Amino acid sequence: MAEITPRSRALASTDAKPALPKHIKMRHDAGRGRWILLAPERVFEPDDTAVEVLKLCDGVRTVRDIATKLATDYNAPLNEIEGDIVAMVQDLADKGVLRL
Amino acid sequence: MNEITPIAPAVQSASSADVSCMRAPMGLLAELTHRCPLQCPYCSNPLEMDRANTELSTADWQRVFTEAAGLGILQLHLSGGEPTARNDLEQLVATAAEVGMYSNLITAGVLLTQDRLKALADAGLDHLQLSIQDVDEANAEKISAYKGGLAKKRDVCAWTNALGLPLTINAPIHRANIENLPAIIEFAASMGAGRLEVAHVQYYAWALKNRAALMPTKEQVMKTVEIVEAAREKYKGIMVFDFVVPDYYAKFPKPCMSGWGRGSMNVTPSGKVLPCHIAESIPGLEFDNVRDRSLSDIWINGQAFQKYRGTSWMKDPCKSCERREIDWGGCRCQAMLMTGDPTNTDPACSLSPRHAEFVALASVESHDSHPPAFVYRRIGTQTADHSTTGELDE
Repeated sequence: MAEITPRSRALASTDAKPALPKHIKMRHDAGRGRWILLAPERVFEPDDTAVEVLKLCDGVRTVRDIATKLATDYNAPLNEIEGDIVAMVQDLADKGVLRL
Repeated sequence: MNEITPIAPAVQSASSADVSCMRAPMGLLAELTHRCPLQCPYCSNPLEMDRANTELSTADWQRVFTEAAGLGILQLHLSGGEPTARNDLEQLVATAAEVGMYSNLITAGVLLTQDRLKALADAGLDHLQLSIQDVDEANAEKISAYKGGLAKKRDVCAWTNALGLPLTINAPIHRANIENLPAIIEFAASMGAGRLEVAHVQYYAWALKNRAALMPTKEQVMKTVEIVEAAREKYKGIMVFDFVVPDYYAKFPKPCMSGWGRGSMNVTPSGKVLPCHIAESIPGLEFDNVRDRSLSDIWINGQAFQKYRGTSWMKDPCKSCERREIDWGGCRCQAMLMTGDPTNTDPACSLSPRHAEFVALASVESHDSHPPAFVYRRIGTQTADHSTTGELDE
């Protein structure tokens, strides 16, 4: 029987490289005109900001990279955006929707 | 606490308000078979089970899944009975993946092998939900009337982890295992589960027959609330908890199925389409079959779906209640079973005139120091026995 490794909580920081795990599926639900995240026993509806962030969560970009890109695209203060994204990815990681 | 039941379609918002109104259903519960090697006294299948020779064919189910995806259904729950008793499960999972539905296998695990689980994962299975009866082996065997189940479940957890499949453990909670809840939580964490459903038994169908043997006391239930709250904190970011409380001790009823005909459909092994899995306990409903009509036609026009959809069927106290679109009147089946009229307010609601009797039943039964023995769910004892229904009636 294979060993089972206990999990631990992943903590978000600006260096974290968030990504959607294989079993979390983000897709556009054309019938309802919105983006959704399909997860075990759950359907999440990310808001517009979360969608923009999630599209950039590729496991390569860091939270800082994502914040920098969005700060440029939306001409917004980097510090503020960075803090918001750290909080958002922590929340989503705690829900099991993102890995860090 | 009014958490959704494990099988209800859950819409949670990642960072904005919940989706409040759905035109199309979100979830399909596909009861592939009523066959099951376990005999749990709280079995959620209806009193009258569909026999093996009436089960839908592989092609029937594949058509149903295709229609479901077309209707906008996102989540497919492959359930039973024991769904792995169907030897075409891999084909059905593959179809779900093809049509883009998120597939969830709801299993007791005891019939699985490592090769079969790998084949299911290869076919595109998204998630596995494994039920456990207890972490005390002797007690688990007593509850399920099945030998060696717990060891098998440990294997299934290990295989699931090794395949990289997400794992939910579902633990039905009742008087015979409620004191082991802390150990059950630790077990789930040690098995690598990302989610744990602490699901107090809901007393319909077969479980209603065993209510006196299963009902915990209010004090026991309140203690589980504390235990789960503490565990949520302890396992934050490691394991997500779903908590379903027994509504006998609730102030407000659960919004059963998130509202009748509002987000979820259930197809029985023989193809009947139900608004909830025990809707057959309500007289006067006509259940269409996927062999005769399309799923979308049934969803929109089916008599059983229209009957209690929305709020127009309600009478007071529901009709004028400001919570009518929060609770949706609670559970129609429970209203039927306990008051004899499905349009009555669910007696779990403190505003129901039958609420006091309802609470008293639970209190008396749960404090009986000599509870009755389990009536096991054996194949061959599925003949309806309605002696336990409508027992609050004069």
